[in-house]
Amino acid sequence: MPAEFYFGVEVFLNGLMTGVMYSLVALGFVLIFKASGIFNYAQGIMALFAALTLVGFQDGQIPFSHLINAIFGTEMHHFGWHLHTFFAILAALVVMIVFAWLVEKLILQHLVNQEPIILFMATIGLAYFMEGFGDLMWGSNVKKLDVGIPQGGNFWIEENTAFLGGEDFYGFYLDNLDIYATVIAAVLVIVLVIFSQYTKTGRALRAVADDHQAALSVGISLRTIWVIVWAIAGFVALVAGIMWGAKSGVQFSLSLIALKALPVLMLGGFTSIPGAIIGGLIIGVGEKMFEFLIGAPLLGGATENWFAYMVALVFLVFRPQGLFGEKIIERV
Amino acid sequence: MFYREAGEFKTSYRADQQTFPIRLDKIGFILSLFAAFFIIPITMSEYWAQAVFLPFLIFGIAAIGLNILTGYCGQVSLGSGGFMAVGAYSCYKFMTSFPDMNMLVCILLSGGVTALVGLIFGLPSLRIKGFYLAVATLAAQFFLVWMFNKVGWFYNYSASGQITAPERTLFGYVVTGAKAETVPVYFVCLGLLIFLALIARNLTRGAMGRKWMAIRDMDIAAEIIGVNPLRAKLTAFAISSFYVGVSGALLFALYLGAVEVGEAFSIQKSFIILFMIIIGGLGSIFGSLVGAAFMIGMPVILKNLLVSNLGWPGDIAAHLEFMIVGLMIIIFLILEPHGLAMLWSIIKEKLRIWPFAH
Repeated sequence: MPAEFYFGVEVFLNGLMTGVMYSLVALGFVLIFKASGIFNYAQGIMALFAALTLVGFQDGQIPFSHLINAIFGTEMHHFGWHLHTFFAILAALVVMIVFAWLVEKLILQHLVNQEPIILFMATIGLAYFMEGFGDLMWGSNVKKLDVGIPQGGNFWIEENTAFLGGEDFYGFYLDNLDIYATVIAAVLVIVLVIFSQYTKTGRALRAVADDHQAALSVGISLRTIWVIVWAIAGFVALVAGIMWGAKSGVQFSLSLIALKALPVLMLGGFTSIPGAIIGGLIIGVGEKMFEFLIGAPLLGGATENWFAYMVALVFLVFRPQGLFGEKIIERV
Repeated sequence: MFYREAGEFKTSYRADQQTFPIRLDKIGFILSLFAAFFIIPITMSEYWAQAVFLPFLIFGIAAIGLNILTGYCGQVSLGSGGFMAVGAYSCYKFMTSFPDMNMLVCILLSGGVTALVGLIFGLPSLRIKGFYLAVATLAAQFFLVWMFNKVGWFYNYSASGQITAPERTLFGYVVTGAKAETVPVYFVCLGLLIFLALIARNLTRGAMGRKWMAIRDMDIAAEIIGVNPLRAKLTAFAISSFYVGVSGALLFALYLGAVEVGEAFSIQKSFIILFMIIIGGLGSIFGSLVGAAFMIGMPVILKNLLVSNLGWPGDIAAHLEFMIVGLMIIIFLILEPHGLAMLWSIIKEKLRIWPFAH
């Protein structure tokens, strides 16, 4: 077997891993879209904000220290203590739940019964607000996030696959972090499915997703459900934020993965959790393989920026509801 | 009491269908034109021209363009930045390939090229609707920016990958290149904005605009009453892209002078133009201009206030700007989904019946 082939396989595997990371973000979108019909553009910025908060708590940063310093002329930055990662994650989770409650209270409650596109634009506004707010609260410098997940290549896989190739083949390179992310994503999906299938709240959630008014008429509180859904989406955002933050540092570009999650969603369908996973895998593998086979040698590289969107665009022309989405029925 | 149509009698259909049927409106329009043509060019300083007036005029055109597509025809587009890049690069190619071509022709032709590109990316809108389309237009944004970055032909294989506007004159004045004078540039932008705004206004209240609005309100119902969705959507895409392309050409040739595509026409630009029309008012030409003025003016005012007067660091002002823009959008969507334009017509309505309640 030629070395090119093994390299291709490695690209394929790494594409799968990247796909899992996209799916993590896409999951948050699907959850909110299913339960409230809102296309939450702010999901990526929520991941960034969650990661920022986590790092802030870990390092004992003083919130808004830049602003306070600018107003009062003081020189404060840190409390001087470091919080254990576990407690920091818990604290960040609490912040995300409070955030969910505030979003419901201050924004969604006032926009009930508006058109979906208005709600979508409101979440774009929310994303802008959060972007400024997060930076103002924790500072805009690139931060390092370390939650104790080992990084770097996995030696076990490298050693045990080395025999496949010839002398110049040293085994497949897979990042430990990506492997962890895959496992965590799998656990997350299983937990979410169990939650929505077998618990009372989960059932209420699916009822709301099915029909708002019918759910209201059997006594399900729409507002509670929305808070719960946004809190779960916040939790998913936190997980995605931890993974992406550990991979590439906590910085603004983290929120741009939300843009990458959009074609994943379109491919998988907005309403399907398995769709988000499979869509993520297809996009992840697709863009890596396209870059490897066609983009880099023939088109000058960096095709990853647009490949996902083009695939989604072409795909949607033939199947407007995505792979697993519910069929769109329109009535006059 | 102050603003009413009482006492104004129209004796012909022509008079009845004019753009500003109420006398006060007409006076206001003429006064603002007078201010724009005579008072502002004399009084404006270089800083204000560069920071506020020129960007306002240029982005005003783009906002009108996007409003035709999103506000009137209901097709949300997040690809305006990419279409602006098409305008800019085709303007550059026209300028360098045909050095004798009139600058205005150059700009309008680049608008035409952008309209063609817009047509292509508008084709999927016949199958894809709503959010799906919004995301699909991102394909245009990212693909076009990538293409202008990678294909050397577009930037004439220059070493830096940038495009730089060569020097061109219009009516004897230098309007592009390093020696461009601000006042002639201002007049070119102003003239184009007024010309295009009047055309847009008349398009949107004519048969074509009615078709667009029918598609926006419900495309299936519109199809049943005889609106051809293919033609309505594609004309909206083409005309909207024409405006956005002209705006991109102006931004590159007359305002920035040199452009790096990933920076000047990033996705942020698409969002800013979208915000202009949300804040200004979806489905209103006047609203597009108000929104553009707001989105261009607000950061400048904020920066002057916080950085120059209070001495805060620039990055905090930038963060606050993000927060304020976000808040404004949410507040507008909650309180007044139709934007500043609607607020303005409510005020007019109030003025009309003042001092009575009804």
